[in-house]
Amino acid sequence: MSWFEKLLPSKIRTEAGSKKKAVPEGLWSKCGSCGSVLYKAELERNLEVCPKCNFHMRIGARRRLEVFLDHGPQDEIGAELEPIDSLKFKDSKKYRDRILTAQKATGEKDALVAMKGRLKGQPVVAAAFEFGFMGGSMGSVVGERFARAARVSLTEGIPLISFSASGGARMQEAILSLMQMAKTSAALALLRERGIPYISVLTDPTTGGVSASLATLGDLNVAEPNALIGFAGPRVIEQTVRETLPEGFQRSEFLLDHGLIDMIVDRRELRDRLSAVLAMLTERTRPPVEAEEVKAEPSRRESAAPDDAPDPDGEGDA
Amino acid sequence: MNLNFLDFEQPIAELEAKIEELKLIGDDNEINISDEIARLEAKSKALTESIFSSLSAWQIAQLARHPRRPYTLDYIDAFFTDFEELHGDRAFADDAAIVGGLARLEGRPVMIIGHQKGRDTHEKVHRNFGMPRPEGYRKAMRLMEMAERFRLPILTFIDTPGAYPGVGAEERGQSEAIARNLLVMARLRTPVICTVIGEGGSGGALAIGIGDRLLMLQYSTYSVISPEGCASILWKSAAKAADAAEAMGITADRLSELELADRVIPEPLGGAHRDPELMAERLKTTLLEYLDQLDRVDTDTLLEYRMRRIANYGVFKEG
Repeated sequence: MSWFEKLLPSKIRTEAGSKKKAVPEGLWSKCGSCGSVLYKAELERNLEVCPKCNFHMRIGARRRLEVFLDHGPQDEIGAELEPIDSLKFKDSKKYRDRILTAQKATGEKDALVAMKGRLKGQPVVAAAFEFGFMGGSMGSVVGERFARAARVSLTEGIPLISFSASGGARMQEAILSLMQMAKTSAALALLRERGIPYISVLTDPTTGGVSASLATLGDLNVAEPNALIGFAGPRVIEQTVRETLPEGFQRSEFLLDHGLIDMIVDRRELRDRLSAVLAMLTERTRPPVEAEEVKAEPSRRESAAPDDAPDPDGEGDA
Repeated sequence: MNLNFLDFEQPIAELEAKIEELKLIGDDNEINISDEIARLEAKSKALTESIFSSLSAWQIAQLARHPRRPYTLDYIDAFFTDFEELHGDRAFADDAAIVGGLARLEGRPVMIIGHQKGRDTHEKVHRNFGMPRPEGYRKAMRLMEMAERFRLPILTFIDTPGAYPGVGAEERGQSEAIARNLLVMARLRTPVICTVIGEGGSGGALAIGIGDRLLMLQYSTYSVISPEGCASILWKSAAKAADAAEAMGITADRLSELELADRVIPEPLGGAHRDPELMAERLKTTLLEYLDQLDRVDTDTLLEYRMRRIANYGVFKEG
């Protein structure tokens, strides 16, 4: 054992030998909050949460879904959709070029990835924003993918979970992106009418048009610790009110204090806690047969539910 | 410089000043002044027509914000009767940046909801420059749900720079207030007609902007972010606002091309503020036409069409 390995904590040391080759570049990573130098494999096992200070680092959409959903078969929703520059938008750069750059950098076609999969065995649809793709901004593809994800939820009667990380509407699609706020919200209205749970997980950062539509419309609005969440960005507010904003303003804890979110959940507990909540929400409304078979007859589900869920404790009316 | 005229209208302003001057001199002169006045007036009209025939997006943005442009309450005064303003969100406050209430349009009861800007400094502050806080949107939602219960059609008038970006607004859930309205409006079981009368500023406009028809006055705008905001983010300079306005395509004609606006209502020569009565008359006629049209649609069909309309928003490639 070299002098260097002796310095490492035992947990990391055992892994270091066997996994070295699997990490092509940069074994180490620095926490953006406390500055601790962290072993990457260890950080990954910890779901990109700093083991020293609990700082939740931003993670990509696919990684998010990978660590949230069960391993096993997953169907991607709307993967075939691609953005186009229908307005021929050009600022200092062409929108077309920005799309290409973002696609190359992230390996994604656009800023939202949606999957049908399972959460601890329960079928669910989950959608996650890719912040690395133009700041997770919502344009036509993001809106359409989200709407399709909601439609799968609706037709199959299974819960929808979204993970937002977005600066808001995508300016390069101008008015078309504003309308995605309407589109995603309208899709959620149908879930609500049919009693299908929607959980919104707000992660760092969620602002603008995304926060003012799908991200705050959950039956439960859940945030990761210390995420920046707000309608207007802090700089815009500072310029408007011309005063320095208080410490912690627009962070998850601030939102919890002001009654805007239900709870703050550590990333490492999301699977356990959300699956438990969903189990309670759906226990008495779950379709009598396998979800796939109910597809065609949504109304049957409602009438059948009371028969299907007799009072288990026999308490009945007092 | 005449403040009633915008920068690009200054040649018109100069002519108008000359006409005023001549009128003051009056008839006590030997030469025939009225001929000269008539000649100048014709010239002024021709000049106005020529300037207004090729306005840039940025010039239209300035017209949409013109300090003398008619606001929601002006239209309410002009062609509604029995207006009874209803106040408050029942939870926190009454937001003066959004007005709402019951009224009659040609005898038929409707619910009106609109942004409201102020005319003088005091009123501007009172109305918060037409920038609503969460309580404004929650009042709007309360009135819309009331309208649904009593089967009253809803007419909204959009005219805001945007939802207010302030500390209190964030504390009280500006995002949620807007989002909730989008969700509720998509499913209201009563006709909703939205008209952009001035500035359609982003989510703050959309929050009372979802319905069965979207009408826009000719020189109104609707955009995802203000030209200045867009310019300062993408061009790193608010001075590039004109470029941003052009790139985003914020005008009524552009929204009509994109099939987002159902109708562009022509404004009087020089803009709505040059002849508010004529503007009101045109708006009223159009609203009545669409009310009649939507009246004939049964509610389930109405909702189905509305949902389809919303679902069709966006342009993408399906490859």
